[in-house]
Amino acid sequence: MRLADSLWTEWRIALRFLLDNRMQSLLIVFGIAVGSAVIVFITALITGLQANVIERTLGTQAHIRILPPDEVNRVLPAEPGSHDLRLENPRAQRLRSILNWQEVRDALDQDRDVLAVSPVISGPAIARRGVARASVALIGIDPQRYQRIIPLANDLIAGELRVGAGDAVIGAELAEDLGLSLGDKLRLDAGEGREAVVDIAGIFRLGVRELDERYVYLDLKQAQTLLDLPGGVTVIDTRIGELFEAEHIAARLARLTGLRAESWMATNGQLLNALASQSMTTEMIRVFVGISVAFGIASVLAVSVVQRTREIGILRAMGSPRGQILRIFLLQGGLLGLVGSACGGGVGWALVQVFNLFGPRLFVIPVDPTLVPLAMLVATVTGVLAAAAPARRAARYDPAVAIRYV
Amino acid sequence: MSDVRPAPPTDDEVLRLAEVRKSFNLGTALETEVLHGIDLRLQRGELTALIGPSGSGKSTLLNIIGLLDTPTAGELYLLGQPTRAADDATRTHMRNQAIGFVFQFHHLISAFSVLDNVLMPLMIRQGRPGAEQVELAHSLLAEVGLARFAAQKPTQLSGGQQQRVAIARALVTRPPLLLADEPTGNLDSRTAQSVFELFHRINDQFGCAVLVVTHDPRLAADCSRTVELVDGRILSDSQIPG
Ligand SMILES: Nc1ncnc2c1ncn2[C@@H]1O[C@H](COP(=O)(O)OP(=O)(O)O)[C@@H](O)[C@H]1O
Ligand SMILES: [Mg+2]
Repeated sequence: MRLADSLWTEWRIALRFLLDNRMQSLLIVFGIAVGSAVIVFITALITGLQANVIERTLGTQAHIRILPPDEVNRVLPAEPGSHDLRLENPRAQRLRSILNWQEVRDALDQDRDVLAVSPVISGPAIARRGVARASVALIGIDPQRYQRIIPLANDLIAGELRVGAGDAVIGAELAEDLGLSLGDKLRLDAGEGREAVVDIAGIFRLGVRELDERYVYLDLKQAQTLLDLPGGVTVIDTRIGELFEAEHIAARLARLTGLRAESWMATNGQLLNALASQSMTTEMIRVFVGISVAFGIASVLAVSVVQRTREIGILRAMGSPRGQILRIFLLQGGLLGLVGSACGGGVGWALVQVFNLFGPRLFVIPVDPTLVPLAMLVATVTGVLAAAAPARRAARYDPAVAIRYV
Repeated sequence: MSDVRPAPPTDDEVLRLAEVRKSFNLGTALETEVLHGIDLRLQRGELTALIGPSGSGKSTLLNIIGLLDTPTAGELYLLGQPTRAADDATRTHMRNQAIGFVFQFHHLISAFSVLDNVLMPLMIRQGRPGAEQVELAHSLLAEVGLARFAAQKPTQLSGGQQQRVAIARALVTRPPLLLADEPTGNLDSRTAQSVFELFHRINDQFGCAVLVVTHDPRLAADCSRTVELVDGRILSDSQIPG
């Protein structure tokens, strides 16, 4: 009660002082607003952009792929007392199945971090139509499971996702290269005389050229036969909940299954690197804008403290405690930060909307609803901190001296 | 912090100075003693003029009495309480509770309205003023003849009017001690006269002890008591009967 009552006075005096110095206050509020608008806009833009890039990347990739361990040469250990001089050729990695993949699949199905599991068999083949040939990747899938990893059905531009007996789904680029349309027949040659003729049941466009021109989706059985791995799968694709925990989860899954687990973060190292340096750049911009805003507030208040020396002396003479003077100026800093960032946050938010409506329209930036309130909170705290030095100076004035100041 | 007001000393003594000395620039080559052992008592209801040539130490003495400055030696009792050893927070509190200050350059806060200026000591003390306190402030403004100006800014008032606002402000806490340092120094003689009449009226009405520094012998002559300070010593202290 007493504290609230006494803060009432501080509020009032702080507000009056700010309104009294209208021009000064307006200028610094404008400065803070520009700074906060920049921070809000750039944060929303970069966050949106990065989320978009990651979403696109992961739209065509599993989060974690479980693979059979690489085949290595088994070398006898050198006999004691002898030197080990070795010339070793790494072994060619032949296509092979994950041994007990059904059990691994079931174990992954139970795992708390894993949202979806899809065993896949993939291997190379030549696609032929008449005299035209293309090198392709055969992907044998269980469509229902696969759909939860990569929502292929959403990217179909013709036909349907039907990969059962004698049917295949191919990419748009491949269809173009070979002049294929729905219902056409395509000959697949996986080497060593294993051949099949399939009907085109669907055509997709994932938007990644490499995939659109090479992927041929079959069901597991057809692919197993063509690739000569009856009953086998070469990889188990998974989707997880915590995207950025992928590395840790992959390591855990590797231990759990005794297989190789490759996270999207490992396969997209360069992309993540680029995103990280982009984030660092934004962070630097934010920090420096924040620092200049803080210095702006501090200098305006420092000037104000000097201008108001006599008034501070009067307040002290009338019995205003040091703490009250301190709070009056801290409040001014906080108020400037709050008002400036409220305006700036609004402008930043509006800029994002303008960008979404009239910008290049490559993607939509969603504004996190906490972004503007958070920016305001940070700006207010920054304002209070920036006011600390001038406020302490004001509180230390000797009233007898301050009152005589002209 | 204890409230210093509720139990007035048994006698009517508001202030007592005992052997008060003040030196500036202590411990440097410029060290000078400005007040050389001042003994002084002020009673409730007294209107005292403090006169003396410029540089004699009047303002220094008033600042010490007003707890804005500390004596180098001696003791100052405000309402019976010793003050020299008190810390800043206690002295600040005592200022707010027991002392009203009127300065030569009135020193209103221009950002606030006249009414808010009058209420300021109460706001400092306890935050938002109550209805009866706003009422009191209005009646004090009426008392100093400025009822109509309550909502104006101080800068819209003449010097004499501003000084009267400052007096109303000094009285709003009903202090037992009112100090004024050359309050009429900047005013023409007619305005000065009216401000002094106001001091007389306040003194009669509120019964507080009033100590006014003035240069004007005619104004001093009207006061019930005149203390003359020369070179940091009290040269004369005369009570005018009646
Ligand atoms: N802060 C100070 N530092 C040094 N000397 C001071 C200070 N304040 C006042 N003095 C000196 O003390 C003496 C008395 O000053 P003052 O009390 O202002 O006199 P008056 O009010 O009677 O004119 C003067 O000589 C003045 O120079
Ligand atoms: Mg003086």
